[in-house]
Amino acid sequence: MQETLIEEPRTQIQKPTVRPMTEQLSAKMIARNVNAFFGKLQALYDINMDIHSNRVLAIIGPSGCGKSTFLRCLNRMHEVAGGLMTGSVTLDGRDIYETDAVLIRKRIGMVFQKPNPFPTMSIYDNVAVGLRLNGIASKKEIPEIVERSLKQAALWDEVKDKLDKSGVSLSGGQQQRLCIARTLAVHPEVILMDEPASALDPIATAKIEELIYELKKDYTIVIVTHNMQQAARVSDTTSFFYLGKLIETGETKTIFTSPSKKQTEDYITGRFG
Amino acid sequence: MSTEATYTPSLKFSWRKLWNRVMLGLCLASALAALVPLLLIFFYTISKGAGYLNLDFFLEMPKPVGEEGGGMANAIVGTIILIATGSSIGLPVGILTGVYLAEFGNNKFANLVRFMTDVLSGVPSIVAGVVAYTLVVIPMKHFSALAGGVAMAILMIPTVTRTTEEMVRLVPDSFREAGLALGIPRWKTTIQIVLRTAFRGIVTGVLLAIARIAGETAPLLFTALGNRFWSTDLDQPIASLTVFIYDYAKAPFEDWNNQAWTAALVLIVLISLLSFAVRFVTRSRYNNR
Repeated sequence: MQETLIEEPRTQIQKPTVRPMTEQLSAKMIARNVNAFFGKLQALYDINMDIHSNRVLAIIGPSGCGKSTFLRCLNRMHEVAGGLMTGSVTLDGRDIYETDAVLIRKRIGMVFQKPNPFPTMSIYDNVAVGLRLNGIASKKEIPEIVERSLKQAALWDEVKDKLDKSGVSLSGGQQQRLCIARTLAVHPEVILMDEPASALDPIATAKIEELIYELKKDYTIVIVTHNMQQAARVSDTTSFFYLGKLIETGETKTIFTSPSKKQTEDYITGRFG
Repeated sequence: MSTEATYTPSLKFSWRKLWNRVMLGLCLASALAALVPLLLIFFYTISKGAGYLNLDFFLEMPKPVGEEGGGMANAIVGTIILIATGSSIGLPVGILTGVYLAEFGNNKFANLVRFMTDVLSGVPSIVAGVVAYTLVVIPMKHFSALAGGVAMAILMIPTVTRTTEEMVRLVPDSFREAGLALGIPRWKTTIQIVLRTAFRGIVTGVLLAIARIAGETAPLLFTALGNRFWSTDLDQPIASLTVFIYDYAKAPFEDWNNQAWTAALVLIVLISLLSFAVRFVTRSRYNNR
């Protein structure tokens, strides 16, 4: 009895905080021993992480800590930029690196830091493009899905009278919500967001955050953010990355009130980064 | 007055301001100098050729030596057929090569292709004619519109390739990534998103290439040859405005010389109309680019 009491904390330290949560929640995606490289430069070191269904996972950390790279490993975008990755990432138990990348990206959508609606397409076409080019909806269904996606992205009321206008005629915040609608239209299961609000003003940011909160009912969301208040506001789980390593993962409340690692505390309290 | 803080520009002489004026003047002078040849050609062609421009010129066939009047209907149609033939060979090859170089061109083979197209763009047009002569005219054993088209295609390819490559490169990676992240396959992303974004730039390159070949004479002399009779057959020699200008301008008949000027005017107008038409058809639905 006494022995186990002594053993307990040690195992907790050796196997990082991912473990305890896996039991009660279902893991949508599991990353194991993820190492990522750009040429000879190693960007990520042995990342292990579980991403749970219908929860928002926020990844925080200073610039260049590998949080975006990790996000891009989760939908095989890392390899598009010529990067290399080892380890495994699974979606519902199947290794995404043993499946066709195109199929994976249909199930794992992505929203980028800078709003990037297609400039040659109307608002409507921007949302419909994924459906059309993937051939996943019939012509009849498309208007309905476009409307639903725009409503989900809380943009419908602002654009319903100008669906044939250019996507880039919208404001930055509207463009980002258009990009979210575009992602929602192809009906992914997981949505990855790479600093989706960093190029937006506070009002637009608030709208995006509200949206994330709504979307978590239907989707699993991973959001990379520079903004710690944002992470605290929108996420259920928070992971702290530093210098390519996962320092700590835990319930957002725990991470922000009583982090177990010194580095996490230093970063959160603004002592560095 | 002295209490108010007013800005009074210094009227003092300064080298910096003088230098600024001088450079500005030089830029303006250069811009004007660049315009002069164009305007000269334009006005000279109009003044010499417009007088003989009438409906007959577009509808009639060339008259035999000694007879006044007549037109160049066959040459106008011939030029259009030659441009169409050259474009239908040159544009697909040029555009696809450009896309390859821009999207998949980080290897030695692509560098070689890039170098070769640069060399090709420096090849004199008459050499392109010789190549078409060897490739098409000799095996067919006679001159033909097709041979002229091949010569023109050879001249188009480098221009179209390099402009396409430049324009596709200008499309930000974020659009490619956005397409891929939606689960759209790479080839569809390239065609439907990247090429669509670069489309207007590519059109400009295509127009430049067409304008260039429309004015070529040398490579046509021993490929399409020219034809004083009506022919729209790709298998037969075909008339073209440029070859007519060449023949008529050096002919010892004043009537022919005047018609050469008219033909030159018609050629210029034809190319301008083509540019406007293509620009109009491919204009952006939005005024953002």
